[in-house]
Amino acid sequence: MSSIFSASIGKKLIMSISGLFLIVFLLVHLGINLLMLVSADAYNAGAHFMATNPAIKIMEPLLALGFVIHILYATILTLQNQKARPENYSTVNQSESSTWPSRNMYVLGGLVLTFLVIHIINFYWKIKVLGGHDIPSVIVDGVEMHDTYWLVAGLFKFWWFDVIYVIGAIFLGLHLSHAFWSAFQTLGLSNIVWRKRLHVIGQIYTYLIAIGFAIIPIYFLITG
Amino acid sequence: MDLTLKVWRQANATAKGKFEQYKVNDISPDTSFLEMMDVMNENLIQQGVEPVAFDHDCREGICGMCSLFVNGRAHGPDDDITTCQLHMRKFKDGETITIEPWRAAAFPVIKDLMVDRAAFDKILQAGGFVSVNTGGVPDANAIPIGKAEADEAMDAATCIGCGACVATCKNSSAMLFVSAKVSQLALLPQGKIEAKRRAKNMLAKMDEMGFGSCSNTGACEVECPKGISLAHIARFNREFIKAKFND
Ligand code: HEM
Ligand code: SF4
Ligand code: FES
Repeated sequence: MSSIFSASIGKKLIMSISGLFLIVFLLVHLGINLLMLVSADAYNAGAHFMATNPAIKIMEPLLALGFVIHILYATILTLQNQKARPENYSTVNQSESSTWPSRNMYVLGGLVLTFLVIHIINFYWKIKVLGGHDIPSVIVDGVEMHDTYWLVAGLFKFWWFDVIYVIGAIFLGLHLSHAFWSAFQTLGLSNIVWRKRLHVIGQIYTYLIAIGFAIIPIYFLITG
Repeated sequence: MDLTLKVWRQANATAKGKFEQYKVNDISPDTSFLEMMDVMNENLIQQGVEPVAFDHDCREGICGMCSLFVNGRAHGPDDDITTCQLHMRKFKDGETITIEPWRAAAFPVIKDLMVDRAAFDKILQAGGFVSVNTGGVPDANAIPIGKAEADEAMDAATCIGCGACVATCKNSSAMLFVSAKVSQLALLPQGKIEAKRRAKNMLAKMDEMGFGSCSNTGACEVECPKGISLAHIARFNREFIKAKFND
């Protein structure tokens, strides 16, 4: 057991488990976001639940840890893999044998991370770190809470933020288009039959996440 | 066909290499790629230039000796073949063809287009075998083996150790090769006994030899002349993780 994480498959195991954890998180996050399309009250109640529920509070540092571990091991693996080919080919024609996202997971991850930083500054920072004092309150079902909907709608008034968020969703989608099946393959949970099925499930998941996250800024852009 | 060849020349393992351009004329489209290389070398000998060193042996796709990264692809522009099975009809008249050696830290260049693939042998020595006591020849059907398992083990056993998987992999990973060897034995009752030790030792050796890890891009499977499936890599991952959790 001891040396498992120093072996290459062990490091990939960490990538896979942390990545799957983030995959589940994205579903929860999207579920809450889509409440915005239902009503402002529904979304505010959802955001309030996420901010106050003790179980979710425990998950918050775990989520941060998940990201840190995923990024740390992504960097370790990428550096090691580069060392394995000290002299590059003069001509490479890789598009015949593999997909672009599968070869550029680190670049895509870096772009997702860049988006994540902007995203955290836009929301998490304002609500959690600054305390959300300049965010107005609303009362939903007799409970007073932050009007998070107001915060989102205010940001998405600016078309360039809408564009940034749609592009962020596309980068995330490209990362996921390879990540989903890859995570199961790394765990050894794939074979000739399940490979095709996991690919299909992965594509459905990817489109759900990418379109789901992109639809919200687009909605605000259209409805003004 | 008249062709221009951009060929990697390197005097020895430590020398600095560079590309040289050579012309070959009147090549029939039915010529094999290695025969075309022979014609090039005949010309060079006549011109008093040292011929280009490249690996080859059986020239019928079974030994795994021929290598070559041709126009950016391992074994050239076709899936599921070795370089000796590649024909000039896959190229256009007047084309410039770039020919490079396999590039990986674990496969150092010996000379020109020849690389040292001894790292594969070291991995095999670490566990790619079944320990048996010598004695009488065992009865052929003494151990019952399911048809599906036998077929899959046989598919894995078709790996010829050519190294195209490493050459094409963006990480220079040997996972397809090692997984084929692990699968081939893990599927059979004789190999199951040492399966745990084998998975751990072969992976440790693969990492030690300086191959990269697997990003599951699938390029190896496309370029592998024997069509070794990524499913073997999944089995290897499974075997390794199981073995480690049982420690
Ligand atoms: C919500 C965000 C993210 C999710 C859901 C996610 C998910 C995943 C999953 C499931 C995998 C497949 C693991 C495997 O092959 O076994 C993966 C691979 C990878 N991820 Fe992420 N990831 C995210 C963000 C990031 C970030 C921010 C980086 C930063 C650099 C990153 C870098 C990588 C790399 C380099 C790989 C490929 C590793 C390899 O196979 O060599 N990811 N990701
Ligand atoms: S797995 Fe395929 S490409 Fe790799 S060494 Fe074996 S035969 Fe060659
Ligand atoms: S020379 Fe034997 S496989 Fe090509």
